[in-house]
Amino acid sequence: MSVQRVMGTETEYGIAVPGQPGANAMVTSSQVVNAYLSTTAARARRARWDFEEENPLRDARGFDLARDVADPSQLTDEDLGLANVILTNGARLYVDHAHPEYSTPECTNPRDTVIWDKAGELVMAAAAGRAASMPGASPIQLYKNNTDNKGASYGCHENYLMRRSTPFADIVRHLTPFFISRQVVCGAGRVGIGTDSRGDGFQISQRADFFEVEVGLETTLKRPIINTRDEPHADPEKYRRLHVIIGDANMSEVSTYLKLGTTALVLAMIEDQFLSVDLSVDMPVAALRAVSHDPSCTYLITLRDGRRMTAVQMQMEYLEHVRKYVEDKYGSETDEMTKDVLDRWESVLTRLEDDPMQLSRELDWVAKLELLEGYRNRDGLSWDSPRLQLVDLQYSDIRPERGLYNRLAARGRMERVVADAEIERAVADPPEDTRAYFRGRCLRQYADWVAAASWDSVIFDIPGRESLQRVPTLEPLRGTRVHVADLLDRCETAADLVAALTGED
Amino acid sequence: MATKDSGGQRQTNRKAEEVDDTQAEPSEDVKERHEKLDDDVDSILDEIDEVLEENAEEFVRSYVQKGGE
Repeated sequence: MSVQRVMGTETEYGIAVPGQPGANAMVTSSQVVNAYLSTTAARARRARWDFEEENPLRDARGFDLARDVADPSQLTDEDLGLANVILTNGARLYVDHAHPEYSTPECTNPRDTVIWDKAGELVMAAAAGRAASMPGASPIQLYKNNTDNKGASYGCHENYLMRRSTPFADIVRHLTPFFISRQVVCGAGRVGIGTDSRGDGFQISQRADFFEVEVGLETTLKRPIINTRDEPHADPEKYRRLHVIIGDANMSEVSTYLKLGTTALVLAMIEDQFLSVDLSVDMPVAALRAVSHDPSCTYLITLRDGRRMTAVQMQMEYLEHVRKYVEDKYGSETDEMTKDVLDRWESVLTRLEDDPMQLSRELDWVAKLELLEGYRNRDGLSWDSPRLQLVDLQYSDIRPERGLYNRLAARGRMERVVADAEIERAVADPPEDTRAYFRGRCLRQYADWVAAASWDSVIFDIPGRESLQRVPTLEPLRGTRVHVADLLDRCETAADLVAALTGED
Repeated sequence: MATKDSGGQRQTNRKAEEVDDTQAEPSEDVKERHEKLDDDVDSILDEIDEVLEENAEEFVRSYVQKGGE
């Protein structure tokens, strides 16, 4: 594969009610999610998230269909009552721990994922705005960042569908050096050193200081560089879902695009066992932090074989191998997006090596650093100045009028990858080339009858049928527009759809 | 607050020691380019001044999150 791969992001947003530091974040997060639902889907019953994972019979269009799997009463009080809904764009909007979280629908390439990831910001901004407009409510502000600088971190995870047959040891060996070094491209920048910012200074990544081990299952304690969680939400015989927890939440489209695109390319090389070199890093956790703590990008990482190189040079090694891999495998057939990712990646690395500040219109950490240095120069501020900490925080404020990234973008100072119109459409519409299309359209046209849904199922409550009707969607690349648009156009009601799927017509 | 600069300074020095003999050569026109950037940035700062939250110290202090994931 090239950059084309089933992928998505899941982002926990920071949440604050200014003036009310004691506000219960679980409650305010629920208010945000529920407010979005109450206005966008006022007529619809609340489609719940389906936690059940059962996968029986398959039909020719790629669906499985099981009857009598659940009684409606089993689904009413699941999930501790925390808000958890599916949107018409195929995304999931919910409360995770004490944060509102948005998971993009499944996309097939980095550019689409940028679109639905940015659509998540619009969803969240609209949700917070609506929650604040409820009678008696206080303004709620959301931040697309990863730490409060007081010891807490929350994640922006990436998911990549991979072949089950790829040895996990290969993934660990080749991805660890890649993750240690890719911060220089996709770090979001941070004021403060250490999990609780006890040290003063600027670092490249929001997340680096929160990672403690090389490999593991945890995401909240002893965070690992490589996470081993393995719920494919698809056929487990064929697929693994690589759950990447080490990335920063990005505002910049270029940062997100390269983060996803370059990772997808490296995964493709690993799957095809193309990489013969070993870039294993000596003391990876320490190296991860050292790279983050060096915005000059000159820190030398020591490899296990004794070689030393900067993070940028390490990324260039990966780039070189990926270029060879793509040339070998696709040659002149290489798709345009893969070429674009490769060219941008090379261009960014070349300029990072020359002078990182040249990337202030493309990469989050450099854009943020440029603002911070501006304040330091103009006002003589030191790194422990609360004003610099505020600039760091407010860079990720998702409101168009107050967020600093958004102000930079509005002035045309941030390079874009996608168009506003595409993002706005993606707030309501699903991607057309994955099962998210089926899920999203079901939510749009059968909302009154959708009892629950999840990545791999949609469950209908059909009048006149005693049990719920569960339509499993185990293949991420089925249920696309090509597969089901005609069927959905034809079926006016969910009852029609279920009848058509079961051949009862 | 405005003149205290020890934090950033300390950070820079410590790092300089760590990487000491291993620094890559910076390119010659870097300084010039930085000065040009600074002019642009100043006009942005004026705009940002108007949207930054009031009372930075209080605002960042009360931004307390629970861990997630």
